[in-house]
Amino acid sequence: MKKIIALILTALMLVSVFAACGEKPAVEGGDKVVKIGIYEPASGSNGAGGKQETLGIKYANEKVPTVEIGGETYKVELVPVDNQSSNDKAPSAAAELVSAGVSVVLGSYGSGVSIAASSTFEAAGVPAIGVTCTNPQVTEGNKHYFRICFLDPFQGTVLANYAYNELGYRTAYTLAENGNDYDEGLAHYFTEAFTKLGGKVENANFPENTSDFNSYITNAVNAGAEVIFAPTSTSYAQLIVEQAAAKGVTATLMAGDTWDSNQILAAAKGKNVDIQVTTFYQEGGNADFDAGFKAWLEGNSQNLTDNGGDSNIAAVSAMGYDAYFVALEALKAAGSAEPAKVMEALWGVSCTGVTGAIAFDNTNGDAVRTTAYIKKVNTETGLWDFVKEQGVN
Amino acid sequence: MNITIDHILAGISAGGQYALIAIGYTMVYGILRLINFAHGDVFMVAGLIMVYASASMPLYFSIPLVLLGTVLLGVLIERAAYRPLRSAPRMSVMISAIGVSYLLQNLALYITGGLPQVYPAIPWISDSVTILGATTKRVTLITPVLTILLVVVLVLLIRYTKIGMAMRAVSKDFETSQLMGIKINSVISTTFVIGSFLAAVGSLLYFSSYTSVVPTSGAMPGLKAFVAAVFGGIGSIPGAVVGAFIIGICENIIKANTELSIFSDAFTFALLILILCVKPTGLFGEKATDKV
Amino acid sequence: MKNKRKYTWLDIGIIVLLFVLVFAADRFLPSYDIKAKVLQKGAVFALIAVSMNLLNGFTGLFSLGQAGFMLLGAYTYAIFTIPVADRVSVYKYYTTTAADGTTLGGLVQFTLPVFVAILLAGAVAALFAFLIGLPVLRLKSDYLAIATLGFAEILRALCQWKGLGVLTNGSNQLRMYPTFKGIMPYFLVSAVCIAIIALLIHSTYGRAFKAIRDDEVAAEAMGINLTKHKMISFVTSSFFAGIGGALFAMYQNTIQAKPFTTTLTYEILLIVVIGGIGSLSGSVIASFLYIACSEWWMRFLDTDGVIPGVTRNGFRLVVFSAVIMVIVLFFRRGIMGDKEFSTARIARFAASHKKNKKEAAK
Repeated sequence: MKKIIALILTALMLVSVFAACGEKPAVEGGDKVVKIGIYEPASGSNGAGGKQETLGIKYANEKVPTVEIGGETYKVELVPVDNQSSNDKAPSAAAELVSAGVSVVLGSYGSGVSIAASSTFEAAGVPAIGVTCTNPQVTEGNKHYFRICFLDPFQGTVLANYAYNELGYRTAYTLAENGNDYDEGLAHYFTEAFTKLGGKVENANFPENTSDFNSYITNAVNAGAEVIFAPTSTSYAQLIVEQAAAKGVTATLMAGDTWDSNQILAAAKGKNVDIQVTTFYQEGGNADFDAGFKAWLEGNSQNLTDNGGDSNIAAVSAMGYDAYFVALEALKAAGSAEPAKVMEALWGVSCTGVTGAIAFDNTNGDAVRTTAYIKKVNTETGLWDFVKEQGVN
Repeated sequence: MNITIDHILAGISAGGQYALIAIGYTMVYGILRLINFAHGDVFMVAGLIMVYASASMPLYFSIPLVLLGTVLLGVLIERAAYRPLRSAPRMSVMISAIGVSYLLQNLALYITGGLPQVYPAIPWISDSVTILGATTKRVTLITPVLTILLVVVLVLLIRYTKIGMAMRAVSKDFETSQLMGIKINSVISTTFVIGSFLAAVGSLLYFSSYTSVVPTSGAMPGLKAFVAAVFGGIGSIPGAVVGAFIIGICENIIKANTELSIFSDAFTFALLILILCVKPTGLFGEKATDKV
Repeated sequence: MKNKRKYTWLDIGIIVLLFVLVFAADRFLPSYDIKAKVLQKGAVFALIAVSMNLLNGFTGLFSLGQAGFMLLGAYTYAIFTIPVADRVSVYKYYTTTAADGTTLGGLVQFTLPVFVAILLAGAVAALFAFLIGLPVLRLKSDYLAIATLGFAEILRALCQWKGLGVLTNGSNQLRMYPTFKGIMPYFLVSAVCIAIIALLIHSTYGRAFKAIRDDEVAAEAMGINLTKHKMISFVTSSFFAGIGGALFAMYQNTIQAKPFTTTLTYEILLIVVIGGIGSLSGSVIASFLYIACSEWWMRFLDTDGVIPGVTRNGFRLVVFSAVIMVIVLFFRRGIMGDKEFSTARIARFAASHKKNKKEAAK
């Protein structure tokens, strides 16, 4: 019995090794292929957001599956890898992409894994385009990591200004997950801007895998907070919204782009909560994209599940969609699928996507963006209401 | 620090939930001398069963299904992963438990696709109520009452029924009770049935309060419940319950201090180490004599 | 006798050959190749698994604190090696202003040479192990396991605490510290450490450890000082776990307290079990197999459509954990049991096999 199991195990092992080695992509019909890596979490605390971002990229790829490079038509092949939202899995996940021979990498949702993978991409000379990782440290001081979204100092300041000047709030309470670069960065810059304006802020952190937020919400209420700023990932966000509603909290819940997700809508629908977020894209901003993407989501049950069960468009999907076209522009401009050439070409790329005009600055390769969209949850319809466009001032 | 009735309420509710999980730990440990590391994950699976069951059938079907499914899972784990190792060293069994926990988490990850699953709202118990000026879900109030009710039933069961007597005998002396004609395997299975059943009830209450299930949902509550079991004196059911309530309340009092709130998990372990060093048998534990 | 020496030379030859292969791999594999990453991580985990085996396999102390000591090592290494000029960027949220008005990142404003920092990483882990060991080593089997696990969690929370932010950068990443280039340095450091552990195990201390593992009461009766020997084993194990943590920090390029959870300890424990509790070479072999499977070979199971409807994200981990369960249940002794890999053993095995066959033929 034991011997048989041992044999089966060994056989499985061998098969898997051969399968892994023999996994050469089939080039169909002699078409040339260019590979774009998708470095996104599909599991872990950022899994939900990573999936939505990936959906945008996949949709863009299905719409435009080829690219002209140096006069030849290349087929674009997407190579996804799951970084499991975890920094210790980042180097090997990144190496997996590099070994697959990608020309450029898109991602990741979540700044921490992007920072952790950065040096692997750098050593390999592969450029990466951050889609929604907003922490400044992702691109700071390097020449290979670009990004198409705004940064935490910008987003944090926008939110602080909006809360202080527009809504007239003076006391805030921030809630961030411990060890999450996105949460901590945004909370830090929000606090900085809000206190500078003259407001009072209390900062709190919670350990990862927390699901009981009751005491934190109580603390916020006791601190007299008029706004609870909780820029967490969606899996915590849903719990925070749910528990705040159950406790009858009247303070405004505020957050950054991560909360622009249909899970928040689902959690808030029919409850008495005020939720406002800044985001990259406002549904309705581009009617063609909205209609096409919705139809695409609804046409495939797996896509619909990955989007969280309905076809509301998350801003990160729109950003993923744009990132794909930025990558194509870079490939075209480089006239080559070679990563080094693409990296050079990226500096000069500019295009207009569904989320607005995209171009990179000359120091860090950050997108030049001056406005963010603010929207709030309409708890009756379970949809987003557009509030306004907000700049730093 | 500003402790209010809200913190205490949250603590009592958390304590009740830990207690229901802790009983599973303490009973299994009492009989098998095994830290069933997979128990927290069984609790998580119970949550997932509810999510999937309630999507396709009404609550009065899905809740019994959750209880049944969890009990089956618990018994199955005992059969497949612990029984073959009955004569093996204790470390092997514990490693097997860790392996099961790993397997359950990965299975959950595969099935859910890594997306957090929203727990269905159960009517009435998920509604908000106001008590002593604090607004909370009704489940917060139900939890401690139900917990104590179940524990009383369990203690009566163990004290006055035949199977309860068998359990006590087995936990006192494994080999002798075997010689006396007690069917060890059925006693152990019963233990797992009771433990898993209570974990399923615990999961109903827990996830009704915190309505999201992810593959790692069971890990922390599981560890804390285990700490509660050790704290109260492992093998003692009232001890586990008292320990669970103490941990639940202390934890939420710590959370009341913004500076220290990130230590809410670490505190539980500090408490554990303290009790292990000062009184290793826990609050209500009996003095175990080492047999050479 | 002559034969024995022959086999010893053969063993050494195999090790030298392995290093030649690593050297060759270093020449031909770029650092960003997945094979290079697997070899690096494998070497790091081999050291950590061996250090855990010293405790769990050879001394019989069931400790689950390895992740905590790795964390201490990794943080110590990073804190003392980040170039001063880069500290402002790393310690973004914990800057202080010096007397002359310049902005300083964090508290530490000097760097140590890489190898000094690695040794310090081990030393800090060992120091904490000593302090933790004082109360917990008196505990028996599973109580010890849960207490060490608890300490690891407490250490993790401490490292994330804002109060220590100027030192640990709160819960944010530490990065920009120097790392080893290529594969060879990981192998060298790891091999030297494993060799030291092997020597320790073959010394009188090692025999005392095994005596404690086999029967505490008997060992004490023979005059072995239980407290002292347990403490030596615990501190040594943690020292090397700390060095392993420093190497792990280098492998990762950035370090953060968040991933040093119980799950990481479980992973190392599973490597030890797969390799064979009480076999150093088993731990080494298992660590490379484990890392290669989890990070590389099995990744294709995550791809949609390899087996339609079955393979998708997460399937790799399901298969992987199922295989581990089979090993735990049916091959409890792991790859090597409590034996060590040696050519002499292989030769003996082959010889006995031949003899069996001959006898069967008769």
